[in-house]
Amino acid sequence: MIRIDLIQSTAETLMDKAAIEIPEDYLEGLKAAAAVEDGDLSSFVLQAMLENYEAAKEDRRAMCGDTGCPRWYVKLSNTAQVEGGPVALEAALRRATANATNGVPLRPNRVHPLWRTDHDNNVGIGAPEIEYGFEPEPQGDWIDLTTVHKGGLFGTDYRMLFPSDGIEGIKRFYLDSLVAFGKRGLACQPAIIGIGLGGSKDTCMVLGKRAACLRTVGDRNPDPKIAALEMEFKELGNSIGMGAMGFVGKSMVVDCHIEVGYCHTGGMQMSVHAFCLSSRRAVARIWADGRVEHRTDPEWFTPYQRRETVEWGDAMMAAE
Amino acid sequence: MTSPRKIRLSTTPTPEALAELQLGDIVYLDGLMYTAREGVYMRALEEKANIPMELPKESAANFHCSPAASINKDGSYAMGAVTATASFRFAKWIGEWFEKSGAKLIVGKGGMSHQTYAEHFVPNGAIYLSTVGYGTGALLGRGVENVEAVHWHEELGLAQAMWVLKCDNMGPFIVASDLQGNCLFERENAKIAKGLEKVYEGTRPAVLKRFGETDDRSDELIG
Repeated sequence: MIRIDLIQSTAETLMDKAAIEIPEDYLEGLKAAAAVEDGDLSSFVLQAMLENYEAAKEDRRAMCGDTGCPRWYVKLSNTAQVEGGPVALEAALRRATANATNGVPLRPNRVHPLWRTDHDNNVGIGAPEIEYGFEPEPQGDWIDLTTVHKGGLFGTDYRMLFPSDGIEGIKRFYLDSLVAFGKRGLACQPAIIGIGLGGSKDTCMVLGKRAACLRTVGDRNPDPKIAALEMEFKELGNSIGMGAMGFVGKSMVVDCHIEVGYCHTGGMQMSVHAFCLSSRRAVARIWADGRVEHRTDPEWFTPYQRRETVEWGDAMMAAE
Repeated sequence: MTSPRKIRLSTTPTPEALAELQLGDIVYLDGLMYTAREGVYMRALEEKANIPMELPKESAANFHCSPAASINKDGSYAMGAVTATASFRFAKWIGEWFEKSGAKLIVGKGGMSHQTYAEHFVPNGAIYLSTVGYGTGALLGRGVENVEAVHWHEELGLAQAMWVLKCDNMGPFIVASDLQGNCLFERENAKIAKGLEKVYEGTRPAVLKRFGETDDRSDELIG
């Protein structure tokens, strides 16, 4: 049984870490971009961002004034049990979101879409989002909490493409998204670009968002042809001639991640998402024995999450 | 590669100080600055509520921002990070706001269009400063010496309230328009547009078009 008080206190710590500490993989990616950037203004911007990450950690204040929309990705091992059950779990995550909004402090971004009602705590109807996954490995009773505070009203788009559009059509929509939202830096680039391909409209958006937010810089899709496409797209994005804030430069894309899902035979859905200069994510694994292990890699996309076939060996065996 | 020029500027700047500024200069601000986004414009301009500050005497700097901050139970403020929000969305209010506030510095994210500069900024002798990044929220937060007041937070919520910030060497900001109405972002767009045809080589337009679609890459989406 995983203790509910430990879930809430860990969740509060994660809210704080996500807002303040730039993940190491993104930091290294940005440093690499800054090392080759030769646009005057773009270079200045990247240096200022690197200083900003340091200032945030020193002062324990959020990296960015727009602290995004907090959301939760929860993963449970196959045998994990949470004290109080899933309802208690969701209550703990909502409490942690509200407490940390006032504690860090974060900006209370969440309002009612029509009445603009603001509870000043980032909690409301459907907020924070809580999404779930399950995992056969490693064995044991554990729960992974990942919080992502994705910012940005810009940089994300969806389009129904068709098989006849081919890779050339995918490239066009990718470039269109970067150029359109990269102007004036609305996408807060350089960003981790996530691309969702296939699924249906909603799952395509989910895949793209998770590709951007739940994979680390340098990680490659296990399908070698998709991995090659990711590398090609990273380079293509950085060859646009645009850098940070839409100034002349060559740093648009810190990395590009592509996730796919099986789709209708006639379609090829595509979504593009940009995880910004303040790529806020923090992760912890909580075990039933009370251990808490913090990390920044959500390790979301496992072989199990990308499974292709009807059955899964271990789950089958456990059920027998 | 050259480093941009760095300049300190008052939030009640003289016309001479503004005339000095060139596109791409880096500016650090001293003095009072107030935040104003959708809620403030709607309340002050559409609902005609009295602006609770003496403008522009106290401040001629309008910040399109809402900070990551909270109000403590004792009435004091916890100020974390500070960054701007995209300014183009406030274009419809900017003319009337200039009339009421006498603002000389509009500080925000992403600048505004050259039409907005020509129509509203140039006649009012105002310039646009963009935040850097975006966003250098922690660095800007360090530049806030004090929160002087938070107006309308009960009516508008913390994110939309009018925060009055005392700035001490607060920055960096980038000069994104000058007194002639030249636009830094559009200058950069034009340079980048020259290379786009080559980048798009080998790609193909989608078989199913969308309303309002353009293949003119020099087009912008803001209006």
